[in-house]
Amino acid sequence: MNRELAKQFISDLLLARTFEQEAAGQYGEGKIGGFLHLYPGEEAVAVGSLRAADPGDYVVTPYREHVHALMRGISPNAVMAELFGRSGGCSGGYGGSMHLFDREKRFLGGYAIVGETFPVATGAAYWLKMSEQPDAVLCYFGDGAANQGTFHESLNMAALWKLPVLFICENNHYQIGTEIHRHSAVTEIHKRACAYGIDSRRVDGMDVLAVYDATREVLHHVRSGTGPFLLECETYRFRGHSMADAGAYRSALEVAEFKARDPLPMFRQRAEREGWLEAGEYERVEQKIIALVDDAVAFADASPAPEDLCKNIYVQPIDPYKAPS
Amino acid sequence: MKRKHSDSAGSVAISTPADELMVWQALNIAHDKVLAADDSVFVIGEDVGFYGGSYRVTQGLYAKYGEWRVRDAPISEGSYTGLGVGAALVGARPIVEIMTVNFALLALDSIVNLVAKMRYMSGGQFTVPMVIRMPGGVAKQLAAQHSQRLEHTMMNVPGLRIAVPSTPQDSYWQFIQAVQADDPVIVLEHELLYFSKGPFDVDAAPPPLHWARVCREGTDITLIAWSRMVEVTLAAAEQLAGDGISAEVIDLRSLRPIDMDTLQASLAKTHRAIIVEEDCRFAGVGAEIAAELGDRGFFDLEMPVKRIAAADVPTPYNAALEVISIPRVDNVVQTVRDLLAR
Repeated sequence: MNRELAKQFISDLLLARTFEQEAAGQYGEGKIGGFLHLYPGEEAVAVGSLRAADPGDYVVTPYREHVHALMRGISPNAVMAELFGRSGGCSGGYGGSMHLFDREKRFLGGYAIVGETFPVATGAAYWLKMSEQPDAVLCYFGDGAANQGTFHESLNMAALWKLPVLFICENNHYQIGTEIHRHSAVTEIHKRACAYGIDSRRVDGMDVLAVYDATREVLHHVRSGTGPFLLECETYRFRGHSMADAGAYRSALEVAEFKARDPLPMFRQRAEREGWLEAGEYERVEQKIIALVDDAVAFADASPAPEDLCKNIYVQPIDPYKAPS
Repeated sequence: MKRKHSDSAGSVAISTPADELMVWQALNIAHDKVLAADDSVFVIGEDVGFYGGSYRVTQGLYAKYGEWRVRDAPISEGSYTGLGVGAALVGARPIVEIMTVNFALLALDSIVNLVAKMRYMSGGQFTVPMVIRMPGGVAKQLAAQHSQRLEHTMMNVPGLRIAVPSTPQDSYWQFIQAVQADDPVIVLEHELLYFSKGPFDVDAAPPPLHWARVCREGTDITLIAWSRMVEVTLAAAEQLAGDGISAEVIDLRSLRPIDMDTLQASLAKTHRAIIVEEDCRFAGVGAEIAAELGDRGFFDLEMPVKRIAAADVPTPYNAALEVISIPRVDNVVQTVRDLLAR
């Protein structure tokens, strides 16, 4: 573990936490509309796994993806502006919180129908392999998504054709309000991969270093041409499913147990104990991050609304009642 | 047990151009052409490869282009259609064949939520230059679950284009144009048309993808049809000519967009129109066209736009009942006679 990487993790975890807390505040102010799914508690998964990925790798995520976007280098300004529905957003204000995209950063989106990430990622990997490109695809999904047909269909195809996909399960134990023992016959999602001959393992998704190390190792496997891999990260969301959900279906004791393993203070303590972080460094990074997020809000607020209702439906625009020549 | 493939099935010859071809042959040649022209094109679907396609459309292509470009998919319509989207996002131009429209119901999430919306919700960053082909319609006693038509369902989705070829020549032209288009195009084919013959010219210049075609000129009434209903309507027009009724027949060729200019020009001449639709009348394609024609052509119309459509029933298995469940030559003829006799 080098000090640079430790500092990077601290900075990333702080950005992830601070950005989402600010988004919750802005939602309360009415600046952000619709559904807003926040990531506190799960940060170690996106931070650890995406720091282990190469810049050429493609990323496909479900709708709780602000932090994944930030980790791929999409600026906090562009992510916040997208949440605000403004033209400066990474999807121009047309996508919103659940549909973040960035072509240049190879961020293939934000999908709001549970289970859609599987075929999209598998398709990207199909073309990567067919056109002999060295990159891989990181496909995120929740524990609830493992019960969609697309999970099984896509894992089968990815294994059959040995496609370079890393399926990363963010197992936070809940599909909205239904706890995993009430929605899944097999609650250890990684065990399902063997049905398709896919290697898999489970890692502590509250430990950023563990996620990072595991991802690096299995991405090597995925790139070697031997086919996909399924990495299950056991984690927990501290908030409700979305802003509309208070999370009343969980006991205070359970939430407290997981909060005791909060990935941010947990890694901070370790970094200070191991001497990766100097005294006062955490506070300095924190101040920088707060300023960065404040700037993102100011940018989003100042960014104009998109104006053209009908832009970008088609490459060659069509009126449904008129045949173009 | 691992079964060893014989070499024969995958190597049946690709069709060659002739003055007259069947629809499947025209599509077969078109596939060969687009696969040869662009390495980023690949075909995926059930039995498209080694088997050669359930209607022979991809015959011979597996042997020529290999398994990565002509890919046999497992029975996972939703996911291999979504696979096409993922591949398109990163540079491919996929052609997805769904064995029948009926199975496309399992792929509707991919079609409606992914294919159609990707460009818009990414703020124009990602396009899906993808073609999804699927045959449908009432064939011969395929029963309720294998006889559907889903035009109306997909017409209602902004972001899609929909082509409905009815001849070998249009099947060839519109498929190639669909592959070349940067937008996603759904090509709805008809199961009963694959083996119908028509004139073919591999070198002829095509009209634009979405243009309707006047396939028989007339002055008394306009009959609007698409896909297999074009041949039914043309046969009816021929009979009506014997009665001294001059019917104009228009093949729509495209359902999204609809070439309203061609329809209006015809209406200005005939002042009467009937839409002949193989699917159910209620909330069907004809409802959209009739409403729009009534709106735009109100002062040209001598009577309300009429619709001839399928009975409001799931398609029955029994052959006699099946026949009367959809429009046929005799009831098109009778409807026109009744209307003009008033």
